Amino acid sequence: MNLYARRKFINAFNLTASVLTTFFGLFFLVWILWELFAKGFAGLDWSLFVEDTPGPGSEGGGLRNAIVGSLLITLTGIFIGAPIGILSGIYLSEYGRGTWLAATVRFVSDILLSAPSIVIGVFVYGIMVAPLGGFSGLSGAVALAIIALPVILRTTEDMMLLVPDTMREAAAALGAPRWKVILSVVLRAARNGVLTGVLLAVARIAGETAPLLFTALNNQFFSLDMTKPMANLPVTIFNFAMGPYENWHDLAWAGSLLITLVVLGLNIVTRAFLRGKKH
Amino acid sequence: MSARQATGERPKHSPLAESLFKGISFSAAVFVLATLGAIIAMLVIGAWPALKKFGFFGFLTSAEWNPVTENFGALTAIYGTLVTSAIAILIGLPVSFGIALFITELCPVWLKRPVSTAIELLAAIPSIIYGMWGLFIFAPFFSEHIQPWMTDTLGQLPIIGALFDGPPMGIGVFTAGFILAIMIIPFISSVMRDVFETVPRELRESAYGLGCTTWEVMWKVVLPVTRAGVVGAIMLGLGRALGETMAVTFVIGNSHDLNIGLFWPGNSIASTIANEFTEADGEIYTASLIALGLVLFLITFIVLTLARLMLVRMAKSYGGRS
Repeated sequence: MNLYARRKFINAFNLTASVLTTFFGLFFLVWILWELFAKGFAGLDWSLFVEDTPGPGSEGGGLRNAIVGSLLITLTGIFIGAPIGILSGIYLSEYGRGTWLAATVRFVSDILLSAPSIVIGVFVYGIMVAPLGGFSGLSGAVALAIIALPVILRTTEDMMLLVPDTMREAAAALGAPRWKVILSVVLRAARNGVLTGVLLAVARIAGETAPLLFTALNNQFFSLDMTKPMANLPVTIFNFAMGPYENWHDLAWAGSLLITLVVLGLNIVTRAFLRGKKH
Repeated sequence: MSARQATGERPKHSPLAESLFKGISFSAAVFVLATLGAIIAMLVIGAWPALKKFGFFGFLTSAEWNPVTENFGALTAIYGTLVTSAIAILIGLPVSFGIALFITELCPVWLKRPVSTAIELLAAIPSIIYGMWGLFIFAPFFSEHIQPWMTDTLGQLPIIGALFDGPPMGIGVFTAGFILAIMIIPFISSVMRDVFETVPRELRESAYGLGCTTWEVMWKVVLPVTRAGVVGAIMLGLGRALGETMAVTFVIGNSHDLNIGLFWPGNSIASTIANEFTEADGEIYTASLIALGLVLFLITFIVLTLARLMLVRMAKSYGGRS
């Protein structure tokens, strides 16, 4: 084979491989979603939302306590994480521009963004569960807040930086003090972007399991008391999938489908929005 | 406003509100730093009893994990974490590169967005879903159709054959690594795609103008220019793989035995903590699990720091986004 043919062959071979790898990636997406829908839909009925999780060996049952618990823990986590995330994002984009503090915070936030979530669980166990003497829904919410924080911080900073400086200058020229410029001009202009960051954080923490294993723990019964162990979907799915009963497995699949629908839905919505913003 | 202007009165400035708001947002930023500090401090304090008893290097190098005699060492878990991550990178890296190449060079424009979004959705699927799918769907399929074939062919090779040894159960170190590979593909490929797209058009076009094939442009022009960014992308994926908990816990088999064969069940740092933390009784047992957490955090911290430094270097040299 001469050099020319050889180069053409290598090119064709590698490009074919590239197309195949793309199919490989897409294949697994389709396979996972396909099985999830096939197995999840079987268990998706009304009793899922009105009955509580069944004990070992009992028939039927639903996921009402786990769904309510997950909603409570996730929302509380967002309510703790969002204000801190938005405020620190504001600091980075407005007051701290170009300072070493902002650079350090940005770096640390990026580390926290990809830190193993199980370690966050161990941390919250150490600062809340052990000293306070028990597992609680609240400590689960704190663990999720720590995971949501860097997501919200990053998006807030990015979105605030997209607001042109001329708007800040115009507001300042009218005599508005700095805090007013930030709150009623910059933050207002970036409002939708900041909200997107919050939704992205919800999507990120809604399916998190590892940090809840030894903070919120789980609860077989319906409970709204945030100071006690609380049922939640991810840990329920984990326990039920590992358990020996057929109806537990069905419920685990139905719960998985619910979480995935929420998470993928939020992701698609926020992605569409962010894409429109950046390009 | 107009009334004020008419009387010549200036709008009231409130220095208090200004310093209050600045102070609050400043404290929020410092809070982020304090969180990282508190995590490290808590892990060190919590792990102290175990580290004192076994010594830091003694803990790292012992393969013993015995709750009855309260003898704990991290070697098996560290080995499992590193091996599963290595498998994930070995499989995930070429696939991610292929996907990034497809999206930046081959894909028709109208298909770019759907393909990127679909691949990125793989990253959005919660890890517990990967665990469910891995345990109930992939592991049985793997043990029935692929594992016997791998043992019969790859397992017969000299030297590396020992790696493909183990019971045909479908669960084990290899399955965990394979599922991790699928999970990190979207992270690596999307960062790679971003850094490939920062390469100036003139550079590609001049290479094409000299008669390079698409592959040569990619391999000999784009890749060398973006090397720092690509290494950053790999590190980012590695950081994910090292710390992933649920997917691994479902399929790795949770055994504390150290095996060379990849089809044997094993454990990772994260899966050991997930399985045993709530059941751990006794100070040394809990402290040993926290010490595992500390080791995991240190490893991922180093890897992620390297990833960030690489991506920052890349962004500086080509003005791209990190």
